[in-house]
Formats: sequence, structure tokens, C-alpha cells
Amino acid sequence: MKKQLQIILISCLVTALSACSDPKSHATSVMLLLDTSGTYTKELNKAQSIINYILGTLTSGDSFAVARIDSGSFSEKDIVAKMTFDDRPSAANSQKRTFQAAINKMVDEVKSSTYTDISGGMLQAIEYLEETGAGNRHVFVFSDMKEEIPKGHVRDFPINFNAVTVTALNVTKLRSDNVDPREYMSRIEDWRNKVESSGGTWRVINDLDRVETLLQKD
Amino acid sequence: MTFSEIMAIWWPDQAGVSAAIWLVVIVLFMWLARSPAHRAIKSFSQIIRNAMRLSAHSVTSLEKHLRERNRQVLLTNGMEDTERYIEREFQRVEDVVSRDLSGYPSLQRELKDQITQIDDDYRKSAEVPPMPQNYIDAIDAVSKIEGNGDPMVTKILGEIQTTMRHNSEKEISEYRHSSKERHGLLKTMMPYWRNLSKTLESVEKKIVGLEERSKVIDAQIEKYEQIKAKTDVAERILSSSSMTQFFTSGLVLLIALLGAYVNFQLIALPMSEMVGGAARLGPMRASDVAALVLVFFEIVLGLFLMEAFQITRLFPIISSLDDKIRKNMAIIAFVLLFIFASVESSLAYMRDLLAADREALTQSLAGMTVEAPEFRWITTAGQMTMGFILPFALMLVAIPLESFVHSMRTVFGMIGVFMLQVLAFVIRQLGSLASNLGHILLNIYDLVIFIPLKIEQSFGSKNKPDIEKDTEKETKTKAKTNTEFKIKTETKTESEKDSVISN
Repeated sequence: MKKQLQIILISCLVTALSACSDPKSHATSVMLLLDTSGTYTKELNKAQSIINYILGTLTSGDSFAVARIDSGSFSEKDIVAKMTFDDRPSAANSQKRTFQAAINKMVDEVKSSTYTDISGGMLQAIEYLEETGAGNRHVFVFSDMKEEIPKGHVRDFPINFNAVTVTALNVTKLRSDNVDPREYMSRIEDWRNKVESSGGTWRVINDLDRVETLLQKD
Repeated sequence: MTFSEIMAIWWPDQAGVSAAIWLVVIVLFMWLARSPAHRAIKSFSQIIRNAMRLSAHSVTSLEKHLRERNRQVLLTNGMEDTERYIEREFQRVEDVVSRDLSGYPSLQRELKDQITQIDDDYRKSAEVPPMPQNYIDAIDAVSKIEGNGDPMVTKILGEIQTTMRHNSEKEISEYRHSSKERHGLLKTMMPYWRNLSKTLESVEKKIVGLEERSKVIDAQIEKYEQIKAKTDVAERILSSSSMTQFFTSGLVLLIALLGAYVNFQLIALPMSEMVGGAARLGPMRASDVAALVLVFFEIVLGLFLMEAFQITRLFPIISSLDDKIRKNMAIIAFVLLFIFASVESSLAYMRDLLAADREALTQSLAGMTVEAPEFRWITTAGQMTMGFILPFALMLVAIPLESFVHSMRTVFGMIGVFMLQVLAFVIRQLGSLASNLGHILLNIYDLVIFIPLKIEQSFGSKNKPDIEKDTEKETKTKAKTNTEFKIKTETKTESEKDSVISN
């Protein structure tokens, strides 16, 4: 009888505690896509400082990945570094150091690609964010947002951006944009439509001095 | 059917004429229904007024009940506090008596010995040595006797003189020695006198202390008697004291709350190293919850410690425990508190390490050279000390908390009484407003039908309009009531006078 009472009490306690736990994840998951096509590789130093800022902002339990956008970006090979930070802050700090070293190495050794498969990179990012199960999901695209897909690659289908915030960073103006600025605007508008039509949020940040608005955590 | 269609029912082409016909019909109808309409308006306003008066009466009686209850609580609390105060004062007196005056017989013996010793010494010093005989004149007389050349006589005279001088010198020496001894005895009496004086001074101090305590007890007993007699003065003093206690203890609790927050901040970050930084319990991080639990646990231990020492009496069950159990409880609470303080101190150290690591990482991410700051040990030592001391400081929260809880009942009671007073006033005003609105409605009603009323007055009806009749009736009733009241009062006064005279 006493044992039964103990079991009932313990199960009540467990039920109460599980009822207290928040079903929504408060963790943040970030995927940063780096355009390595053409002359954009010169901009990677700026991307490095953005990555360092994000590393400093993320905390235990958050996830971060950096991937290249090249000729075929829907591939795990393009992921430069990815990590879910440890629960213990000290371990998370050492993970961040390792991450930083991996990014530094990539920036030093990067080679420019012929094509720019942004959609492939986006798909890869969405897949990664879904895997982490985080409550706050961000995709940062460090690119001029001009997509150039190799022949035979199919990217003309809707992507599910539901509950994902997509931020285009440092969207540089191309020479052709200077001739006809409508090209630049239509490029940005196309991506906005793609993201917002499938339930995502779209932002453009060109002034990299205002990076503090990048991550708005719960 | 729309409103405009209804309006135009009499004369569809002429809306104005139709509306005028409607007006005449309505006025006529109102004139015919004047008496029942007046009665309806009056009774409706009367019902509202009565309901409001009844509600106000209920609220007032509730307010009186609450006021009486507050008074009871205030006096009971005051009585308990005074009893406790007097009890403590008596305890102190008992301590003084048992500690200091229990040694009174030995003190008395000591005093007696000292006095006997002084007395003996005095007696001894009082024995005056006999003055040496006056040899000088004899020697002088002998030295003047002539020997007449007889060597035998001269020799005898010389020997007599020598012997007399020798005796004289011996006696003087003895006298001096005796005087010296006497002075010595008087000198040895000095420390005894001083001791005696010191002992008497200490006794005087104790007696004066007791006298002061007895004055305090007298004052408290007087206060206690006033409270027991439930005088207004006692109630006023206790109310004012409660308000002061409420605000003072509230302020101290606020400061303690800030202290608890500092304590929480000190251990929240290192807690994430122990319980994980990502886990959550509801909207809060598990590490924050753990840190809060630790802080609250320390406060609770402090409360128990204070209860065990009988400094506070929030839990009567602890006060009623056996002394030995309470002592054990105090020891356990103190040991646990000490352990928690040590844990907090080590957590504060860990916090410093984590902060340093984070700083180094931030510098590295910003592309700066990582440098260890100078004199970091000062902040480390400071944080560790704070981590150790804060739990003990929070322990003292129990004292203002007790005052706050006790005074809160009185202050909230006062606020409740005030709110009920305001509510009763508002309800009474609403009742009065309803009554006045009824009168205004009656007048407006008569204003609308003033033409048929005038015609009624001009043709035939000698009687005044109902409203005037009603007003007159009301005035008469009031006058009658007043007269009856006056007669009753006068009769009562006369009967009272008669009873006084007969007594």
C-alpha cells in the first residue's frame, strides 16, 4: 500500500513537472549562406565579422551552420561548419573557438565558383533548420542575390519558408544594376515574394554596422 | 414599417402636419395617463432610492464590523507584543539577578571581611605608643651638679648622665619605630578602602540598572493595562505604530529583495554550468530557476534559524517546541546555511572564471589580442566574499518580514474600512440621484403636457394639479413627523428628568 502511494505521488510530481515544461523551443538556429561566385569572394572578410558577431550572440543550446553558395549548393559538402552549442557555457565557448578557426580556414582557402545556386543553398538551410527543431529560425544570405543555375538543375519550385526569417546581407549592386536599377529591385522583390508567399519573413540589411538587429531572440 | 412611414401615417403627403398630429396624440395620451405615469416614475425612483439606502446601510454595517474586527486584531496583537516585551524584560531582570545578585552573599562576606580587616588595622593603628619620659630636664639637672673636685662623685654623675641619655635615646627610638608601624598599618588600609569603594560602586550600578529596567517594565505594564481596557488612546498608538512598522519593514524588505536579486545574479550564470544553459522550465531557464530556488532556500533556512532562536515568531509550532529540539534545529539550519554560503562562494568564483573566458572569446571574435586584465583577483575576491556573506545577510530578512506580515493585517484592514466608507457614500449619493431624477422626470412630464394642464386648471377643476397636491401632502407629512418627533423628544427628556429627580 505504501509503495503504491509512493508511485502515485512520484507520477503526480512527474506529471506536474512535465506540465510546467514549455513545449515551444526557445533555442535559435542560424544558417549563413556565403556566396562564393565571381568577384563576391572579395566580400568574404565582411562575412567573417558577421559570423563572429553571430557566434558571440548565440548561447548554449543554439545551432549555427555556415555553408557556401556555389554551382550546386544543395549538398552537405558545401557546409563549412555546423554546431549545436553545448549546454555548459564553458564547453560552448570552446566550440565557438573551433567554429571560428574553421571559418578562418575557409576564407583563406576559398575558390570562386562559376554559378550561384542560391535556391539550392536555401533548400539546404531549410532542411538544416528543420532538423535542429529550434523555435527561432534564421537564414542569412551573404550574396548579391543574383542566381545563376547550371543547365539541367531544377530550382523552379516553391520552397517552404514557414516560420523562417530570411535576411539578405550586403546585397551589392552589380554593374548592370547601375545601368538599370529596376533589375536590382526586381531581384530583391522576387526573393521577397518567394519567402513571404510561403509564410516566411524577409529582410534586407546592407548597412553592416547595424548588425545588432540580426538576431531577435525570445 | 419604418419610422418615417409611421410618422407619415396620418397625412402621407404632408410629413410636418402628420408629425404635428402625432405630437397632439402623444400629448393627449400623456395627459390622460398622467396620474399612473407619475405614480410609476415615483415608485421607480423610490425603489431605486430604497435599494441604494439598504445597500449603503449594509455596507456601513459591514464597515463597522470590519472596523471592530480590526480593532480587536490590533488590540490583540498589541497585547501579545507587550506581553512578549514584558516577558523579555523580566527575563533580563532575572538574568541580572541570577548572574550578579546571586553572588550577593559572597559579596556581602567579602565586604564584611574587608571591613573587619580595616577595623583591625584601624584598631592597631589607634594604639598610640607612650611618649618617652622627659629625660632632658633630668640629664640637664644632673649635668649641672658640681662634683666639688671629688673624682668619685664626678664619675658617678657622669655615669648617671650616660645611663640617662642612653635610656632617653632608646625610648625615642622605640617611639619612632612604633609610629612607623602605625603609619604602615594605615598605609595598608588604603587598597582595602579602594576595594570596598569599587565593590560598592559595582553594586550601585547593578541596582541602578535594575531600577531602570523596572521603570521600563512599569511603562509597558501601563501600556498593557491601557490595551486591556481597550482605550481609544491605546488603539490610536497601536494604529500609528502599525503604519510605521508597515512602511519601515516594507522598505527594508525592498532592500532585501534587491540583495536577493544581486545574490541571484551572482549564481545564475555558474548554475547554467551545473544544470545546463539550454533547459527550460516554463518560460524560465532551468539554471535561473535553480539559482532562485537556492536563494529562496537560504531565506527559508534563515527564517527557521531566527524562529529557533525565538527572535521571530512566525511559526508558533517552532516556538512551542522543546528547547533541546529548537537548539538542534538551530544548529542544523546554521550548518546548512554555512554549506550553502560556501557553495555560493565557489559558484561566484566559477562565475568569474566563466566571465573571463567569455571576455577572452569576445576579444578573439572581435579580432583583438586576448589580454588578461590586471588586478582581476580583486573582483574574484569581492565576488567570493559577497557570495559567502549574502546568505547570512538574507537570513535577517525574517525580522522585517514578521513585522510586515503583522502590520499588513492592520493596514489592509484600514484600507478596507476606507474603501467601504467610500462605497457607502457613493451608493448613498446614487440613491439620492435616483430620487432627484424621479422629481426631474415628473417636472419634464408636466412640461410636455403643460397646455392640457393649463386648460384643465382654467376649466372647471378647482383642484390643483396632482403634483402640487403631492408636494403639499409630502410637506404636511414631514411637518407632522417633525412635530411627533419633537413631542416624543420632549416627553423623553421630561421622563429622564423625573427619573433623575427620583434617584
